[in-house]
Amino acid sequence: MITLYHYLFLSFILFLIGVAGVLLRRNIIIVLMSLELIFNSVNISLAAFSYYLQTLTGTVFVVFNITVAAAEVAIGLAILVAVFRRRQTVYVDELDEMRG
Amino acid sequence: MEQLFFYIFAITAVVAAILVVSMRNAIHSAFFLIVCLLQVAAIFVLLRSPFLAAVQVFIYVGAVMVLFLFAVLVLDVGKEAFREHMHSQSVPSLVMVAALLVIMGFMMFSGKLTVPPGAYNEAALAKNTEVIGRAVYTKFVFPFEVVSLLLLIALIGAVVLVMRERGKGADRNKPEDI
Repeated sequence: MITLYHYLFLSFILFLIGVAGVLLRRNIIIVLMSLELIFNSVNISLAAFSYYLQTLTGTVFVVFNITVAAAEVAIGLAILVAVFRRRQTVYVDELDEMRG
Repeated sequence: MEQLFFYIFAITAVVAAILVVSMRNAIHSAFFLIVCLLQVAAIFVLLRSPFLAAVQVFIYVGAVMVLFLFAVLVLDVGKEAFREHMHSQSVPSLVMVAALLVIMGFMMFSGKLTVPPGAYNEAALAKNTEVIGRAVYTKFVFPFEVVSLLLLIALIGAVVLVMRERGKGADRNKPEDI
């Protein structure tokens, strides 16, 4: 029998791997991929709660979440291409113009 | 049986996620991300929502990953050198991730569900797509419209961001004031 805790634990592990990727990697494309991992872990958590609480809200929220993630990726990669044209770098620690 | 499949999908997803974070070539990371997203789709099937699994495969694997591969292609990053792979802040960030794991595990195992289960049990979820579609077009119609507007904004914004500014072609030599 798989309980809610199995799914939540899987979701937390994926979330932590995503956070580690955002914090550790320098390549901004892989930072964006780690953000996708975080989105997916949250989606697993929402779907699991929706199934075990027998409501539909979590499932519908996952659909909206996937849409927002798609929009986020489109905008993020567009910003990335624009930044790369200007600066010729994709490393996050070299893109520090807005640091105070 | 279901438990066996859950463990297969979960372990594959976690291993693929670790490889996404640790691979040096961005193309390899993208392919392992595809593997991870497909496992998440399989997890959605185990959660009795095949509609979500289909949406996951269509949008994530079909659209988002193609965008990522295009970005890797356009940016032409290539393989990173060994020293350029990770940040210099790896020790504090790993400590923070471990602390997050402890806190989240504690919160997960100390909490318990007290909400009574709703009406959508497995029999009601047998017609998954129909049930979700009905909910989206009745109860959740306002967020649905907002999300469609958001997609339109993202479409226009992505085009505007990568468009070269034609009107400013005359004064190309002028130093740009960042």
